[in-house]
Amino acid sequence: MTPVVLNRRQLLLGASALGASAYALPVFGAGNGMEAAIKAMFGNSDIAEAKVKLTIPALSENGFSVPFEVEVDSPMTEDNHVTKIAIFSERNPIPLIATYHLSPRSGRAKVNGRIRLAGTQNVHAIAQMRDGSLYRASANSFVTVAACIIL
Amino acid sequence: MSTSIRIKAPKTARKGDVVELKALIQHKMESGYRRDEKGETIPRKILTEFICLYNQEEVFRADFHPGVSANPILTFYTRAIESGTLRFRWTEQTGEIFEDSTEIKVS
Repeated sequence: MTPVVLNRRQLLLGASALGASAYALPVFGAGNGMEAAIKAMFGNSDIAEAKVKLTIPALSENGFSVPFEVEVDSPMTEDNHVTKIAIFSERNPIPLIATYHLSPRSGRAKVNGRIRLAGTQNVHAIAQMRDGSLYRASANSFVTVAACIIL
Repeated sequence: MSTSIRIKAPKTARKGDVVELKALIQHKMESGYRRDEKGETIPRKILTEFICLYNQEEVFRADFHPGVSANPILTFYTRAIESGTLRFRWTEQTGEIFEDSTEIKVS
């Protein structure tokens, strides 16, 4: 049997993965109910991974104020437009961060803002079209100083 | 609670153009998860809603939760259809409503 030899890089990677999971688990180990919150808002319909583009910084030094931009591919006409965009966190104590209501009068399905993130996580944006169809995207941010640290 | 708004909106636009609107609202957005120096939880006090009305018709609305940063900033869009007033209305969870507006000339 070949002995398993780990080099320094593998050890460090392993250690940081362990550290990260050990850190994440006690706080919101069972999840924060994000999927349930998404179902509560949009029902059980399928959500396609398309049309939505969510941009957040890969590294957020300050979780109290993380800029984001969400844009949905839509002509924003009377017949075909985005009616709603919701931003969800998979780690904040409250999964729903904000909801934006749009109409053909909005002209463009694009919103910028700033959010709080309680630690490194994926942020999710879900868009609903006039015909009820749903689209989603997610983006990850590594947060060095988390917002709302709960003990 | 003291709150105010700074709006960035074009004064003029061509009919049919999509114009960018920016709002920076001054508000602590107290999340309800912070503690004071005595260890007591600071009660939640946030803005819950922001609306933009274009000649009285709603063109954009946002619902806020504690995950929105202090001093919320918003960039959104509207199609310039006619000259008139862009009204910005934001509501605190106490029910108090604040308002400001700007004029747009569409040619």
